[in-house]
Amino acid sequence: MHIDIDKDVCIGAGQCALAAPGVFTQDDDGFSALLPGREDGAGDPMVREAARACPVSAIRLSEPAG
Amino acid sequence: MTDLTDITGPAHQADPVAFPQDRTCPYHPPTGYQPLRDGRSLSRVTLFDGREVWAVTAHATARALLSDPRLSSDRRHPDFPVPAARFAAVRDRGVALLGEDDPEHNRQRRMMIPSFTVKRATELRPWIQRTVDGLLDTMIAQGAPADLVSAFALPVPSMVICGLLGVPYTDHEFFEEQSRRLLRGRTAAEATDARERLDAYLSGLIDDKARQAEPGDGILDELVHHQLRDGSVSHAELVSLALILLVAGHETTANMISLGTYTLLQHPDRLAELRADPALLPAAVEELMRMLSIAEGMQRVALEDIEIAGTTIRAGEGVLFSTSVINRDPTRYEAPDTLDFHRSARHHVAFGFGIHQCLGQNLARAELEIALGSLLARLPRLRLAIPADEVRFKRGDTIQGMLELPVTW
Repeated sequence: MHIDIDKDVCIGAGQCALAAPGVFTQDDDGFSALLPGREDGAGDPMVREAARACPVSAIRLSEPAG
Repeated sequence: MTDLTDITGPAHQADPVAFPQDRTCPYHPPTGYQPLRDGRSLSRVTLFDGREVWAVTAHATARALLSDPRLSSDRRHPDFPVPAARFAAVRDRGVALLGEDDPEHNRQRRMMIPSFTVKRATELRPWIQRTVDGLLDTMIAQGAPADLVSAFALPVPSMVICGLLGVPYTDHEFFEEQSRRLLRGRTAAEATDARERLDAYLSGLIDDKARQAEPGDGILDELVHHQLRDGSVSHAELVSLALILLVAGHETTANMISLGTYTLLQHPDRLAELRADPALLPAAVEELMRMLSIAEGMQRVALEDIEIAGTTIRAGEGVLFSTSVINRDPTRYEAPDTLDFHRSARHHVAFGFGIHQCLGQNLARAELEIALGSLLARLPRLRLAIPADEVRFKRGDTIQGMLELPVTW
């Protein structure tokens, strides 16, 4: 899975890090970030929940083609 | 309005209901909101001054509209809906963060978010636990009965937000009283006076901090010594930011602790379940947030016509979000009037949604889990000291919560 975080839109609410702490964190500025080695979501079913929890729809999920 | 007059049958809303109304039971929506729970996404409601505005009542519609930049939060907009006369105090002076639209809002929020991340809230947990333990020690030492609001529910978040901001807790009686007058004063003059006193107090505090050679470790110290000094925030703006963080930081959480405790005591089976399995605490806090919906009636004004849910919101119309009704949308939550720690209460809008979603929500969750968890663990025989129907709670036109909570143990 490809996870795209729009940091221009992110408001640092941290809902992604709360919903899927195995994939998302917050950087020093408070913005959403992916944990090292988990950039593809690591098969975590909570990634979709994290995207849905984002109050500003800053997280886009896409499956690689093919 | 034409869409409403076209509706016939039992769902027809004859007259707009008054909004806001007092709750009959402090943890349920007012019985007078029943017409708002008829399955429509938006309804017309009437404010205290006779003005008709929209009340959003469906969960999906609320999420869409709270994310819609065509709805403004700017209290200075001439058509901004005023839910009670005293809110004139806020309207005239404006209010940082929750009363600003982007880009100003975004600039202010970005200064704040490093201090309110999930990680930061986790780091603060041991200190919050010590604060909670100290207050419980004192309350228990003084003996039952106690007023849980003044002995525990209010001082926990008040001490926490003071420590975080760098506001001396020794001044708590002053700012708690002024917050009360600002949020629940009887008249606009009282609220305006409270706002002036709080502004003067915080302005003086910021000046004191600016004179200190060595900054303290509060959020305000940081902002004074960096953003104020380099000109990225003005003195007046910093006063407004400090005000909103201080007031929102203690009032809301205090209400959740007092009303949450009352609600648990009125649901002995759920209380027993929570005592038996403290791992349920995070889910219980989330479910209490959903069910209690203490920040009722968030306000916006439409900047353009908005077509939504088969309705047109016209430019200049007021839009209120009936949080208590939205969070009980039966298409989103099964048996929504039931307190259930096993449901997924996630995605409730008790903290709002969109760019203004509560800045302090991660801190609030930590405070609520620690405060409620510790209270139940330390006082296994906690119960009301007076009949439940005699406990006084707040009026409907303010943040919902208990005025007092006499308990024994």
